Amino acid sequence: MAEPRFEVELTVNGVRRGATVPARRLLSDFLRHDLGLTGTHVGCEHGVCGCCTVLLDGEPVRSCLMLAVGAAGHAITTVEGLAAPDGTPSPVQRAFTECHGLQCGFCTPGFLCTVTALLRDNPRPADDEVLEGISGNLCRCTGYQNIVKAVHRAARLMAEAE
Amino acid sequence: MTTKMFGEPIRRLEDPRLVAGRGRFLDDLGRDALAAAFVRSPHAHARIADIDVSGALDVDGLVAIYTWDDLAGRVGEPLPLLIPHPALTHGRTGYPLARDVVRHVGEPVAMVVAADRYVAEDAAERVAVTYEPLPPVVGVEAAAAAEHLVHDDVPGNVGAHLVQEVAGENGLDAPAAIERAPHRLEFRLAIERSASMPLEGRGVYARWDADDESLRVYSSTQTSTSVRMAVAAKLDLPPTKVEVIAPDVGGGFGVKIVHPWPEEILVPWAARLLGREVKWTEDRREHFVSSAHERGQVHFVRVGFDDEGRVLGLDVRFLHDHGAYTPYGIIVPIITSTQLLGPYKVGAYRVEFTSLYTNTVQVTPYRGAGRPQGVFCMERTMDRIAAHLGRDRTRVRAANLIQPGDFPYDQGLTFQDGRPLIYDSGDYPELLRMVKELIAWDDFGAARAEAAARGRRLGLGLACYVEGTGVGPYEGGHVEVDSAGRVHVSTGLTSQGQGHQTAFAQIAATELGVPIEDVRVTTGDTRRFRYAVGTFASRAAVLSGNAIALACRALRDKALRIAAEALEADPRDLDIVDGVVRVRGDPAASIPLRTVAVLSNPLRYAFDEEAARATQFAVGGSADLPPVAEGDQPGLEGIGYYSPVRSTFAAGAHAAVVETDPDTAEVRILRYAVVHDCGRLINPRIVEGQIHGGVAQGIGGALYERLVYDEHGQLLNASFMDFLMPYATEIPVIETAHLQTPSPLNPLGIKGAGEAGVIPVSAVLAAAVEDAEGIVIDAMPISPDDLFRLRREGAAAAPAAGREGEPAGLSGSGDRNPAGD
Repeated sequence: MAEPRFEVELTVNGVRRGATVPARRLLSDFLRHDLGLTGTHVGCEHGVCGCCTVLLDGEPVRSCLMLAVGAAGHAITTVEGLAAPDGTPSPVQRAFTECHGLQCGFCTPGFLCTVTALLRDNPRPADDEVLEGISGNLCRCTGYQNIVKAVHRAARLMAEAE
Repeated sequence: MTTKMFGEPIRRLEDPRLVAGRGRFLDDLGRDALAAAFVRSPHAHARIADIDVSGALDVDGLVAIYTWDDLAGRVGEPLPLLIPHPALTHGRTGYPLARDVVRHVGEPVAMVVAADRYVAEDAAERVAVTYEPLPPVVGVEAAAAAEHLVHDDVPGNVGAHLVQEVAGENGLDAPAAIERAPHRLEFRLAIERSASMPLEGRGVYARWDADDESLRVYSSTQTSTSVRMAVAAKLDLPPTKVEVIAPDVGGGFGVKIVHPWPEEILVPWAARLLGREVKWTEDRREHFVSSAHERGQVHFVRVGFDDEGRVLGLDVRFLHDHGAYTPYGIIVPIITSTQLLGPYKVGAYRVEFTSLYTNTVQVTPYRGAGRPQGVFCMERTMDRIAAHLGRDRTRVRAANLIQPGDFPYDQGLTFQDGRPLIYDSGDYPELLRMVKELIAWDDFGAARAEAAARGRRLGLGLACYVEGTGVGPYEGGHVEVDSAGRVHVSTGLTSQGQGHQTAFAQIAATELGVPIEDVRVTTGDTRRFRYAVGTFASRAAVLSGNAIALACRALRDKALRIAAEALEADPRDLDIVDGVVRVRGDPAASIPLRTVAVLSNPLRYAFDEEAARATQFAVGGSADLPPVAEGDQPGLEGIGYYSPVRSTFAAGAHAAVVETDPDTAEVRILRYAVVHDCGRLINPRIVEGQIHGGVAQGIGGALYERLVYDEHGQLLNASFMDFLMPYATEIPVIETAHLQTPSPLNPLGIKGAGEAGVIPVSAVLAAAVEDAEGIVIDAMPISPDDLFRLRREGAAAAPAAGREGEPAGLSGSGDRNPAGD
């Protein structure tokens, strides 16, 4: 028996995208497999690790906990959409590179999306606000030391750019 | 940019790609491949009575279902026992798909291939397997009791039994030395299971080229060359027809060194059978129940020592839980039993382990690989001796340390590589001094007293370790300069996120004298380098780093020889600076490496202007000599292999200050200090990152992570909701300092750094919690409810007098001393 499929149209990284998928298709799988945006990673598929974090209308969400059909009509930003259109890395991307804020890089896209929203809402976070802000994302490589530094560095880069 | 890159904390070359979302991890490949899913055993131990696939056959998109009966030829045989050892008298491995009996929850029983993963799982759910449950064996002490057997033909559940002994200088064996010692202690220690738990699970993607009769396999592995040999053997293909590539690997930490996994055989096998691309990506629950775990051991310790705390005899017996199968042999308990000695001379030593089967996931190395357990045992022993004697814990350690003048120091044991356990270099007293200084050991009394006055409980702990790194047998490196001046470096060893592309590029740039921007590094791709062992045992920098350095030196010699001819100079007068060969003292006389590359390859045909310079009418030279000299070969390339006679030994000392909550029994780490010696540093920033990550995993293992099996062999916490890996909020600032005692064993003087951070953490935190609470800590991890229970039990709660040399406070000895003095 063929599974009913639904047309899902949404904006991803500023571009109108669409695909026809079953109702149960996770947003994470939709981005990765239907749209080919594999920068968003899947680490647990139960919403704990944060690797799959994307921005939905600007807010961080776990794309593994959301169905693609539920994202129809919304605007999504993935890691591929953080840089400027000419490819210049965003301050957050730059800071992670400068501070050695990643090792294997698997969790990194989730952190980058999370931190992008964090610094938009709180441009100069204190230490405990940084910890709180990234406390929903797991990293198994870095011990978080340089991720914390990268968040502060990104805040400085953004302040300097203003 | 300077070409002197070795030792510089440069930014990683990997990062621009990874932060842009352009990583290529396993599941990012093969978008159009069929998907595999597995039917896995829900029972810890059961006989398979029947497998009925009929209910799955009408699932739309189903392509194939396989059970063991379908597996042809060598695919149906048991998986290889990778590391045989004479003491592993009863090694057992599973089948790619279970045959007759399942021995742990999660063991694969059937493979489904379908249009996508959703459909594959639909079909897998409808495969009806009838099991006849058998009594499960759970827990290492139950395994030792052997009321039931995991394998019918393995009596007592004993896979391996090994004893190593070293007599003291007086010729006494350990039991005799302990018997005659002025003081004796005897106690039990335990460490629970944890797991590597990389955020990317395992995965395999295979493409069969029917026209070429060749196979390309991508695997998220720590050893692509060995996967290649295993797949070729199992599928009866010549190795030349199999390519294996480790793409970006999202962490491994040990678990991905195991191979071939059932899935690594079955996915390529199905791809060939079906003539279709097939991919399997492990999900998180699968990773918990069907990959591998580590750590679980129980130790029984007897120690005899003198009034200074010098160990005169040490006798350790331990039980090692290796789970249902032993594909990786007994490497973990061998490492525990040898690395237990750490930086100490212990007089007489006897160690005996029994490695036992249980109906749980197999146990294979996880970062540290048996060392955390050994260090926990030794360092808890040191603390007990100090408590017993009322002496400062650092003074007891100092009394036992191997001295700088003692190297090379032979511990008299056989290490994991079958070679003698001989430490190459180190300065352990200096490590201890540095860590005391970093944590302000001698000033802790004031902080403790001040906190106590406000009702807060602080504790201080420390631990030392020695880590054998860079085990053989070998790695290789290949370096090639192309006619555009690009430098292509490859090694067969894989990367799992440690920054190999950067570190190896630094070595190549320094050795060759080229800008690092010109260097491109490829790891773990058998198309580029076919001979390798793998990434494990903190060996990548030591083995591949030195091999690449040797390859560069060979290339450099050749480049200077060719350039000398072109410049009509003596090769000994030449240098390579910024990619240009120059005559020292004559800046006008120079030739770029890219031109040397052109000249190195005599051509008949020109494909561009640069190449035209190497064609037969452009090149001069003697008409009586062949264009390629005898014994020479075309191309500006170098190849090198580094094969060490034995391991190098890195070392370190960690210390921590913890606070325990008087009400909730929560443990908070206030300070964490690391002093680390891995010889010469290639990139200090990368080494620091490795330490940070290791310490964080150590903290997870000490305070939060455990794998909880119930009596039926069900893993109760097989999710990130329940297996508590630390977030940023659980990891304190990690303070680090470095000591560099170069290894005399390799050209670069380096030692491994990958695993170090994790090794002593459980020992450090147990000591600190014990110090804060005055309660003996003999098992890790310790959760708040564990500590709460210990408090309620009031185990030896009476505060003892403070140790001499250490500030009195809540610190207490609390030692049970069944052996008596």
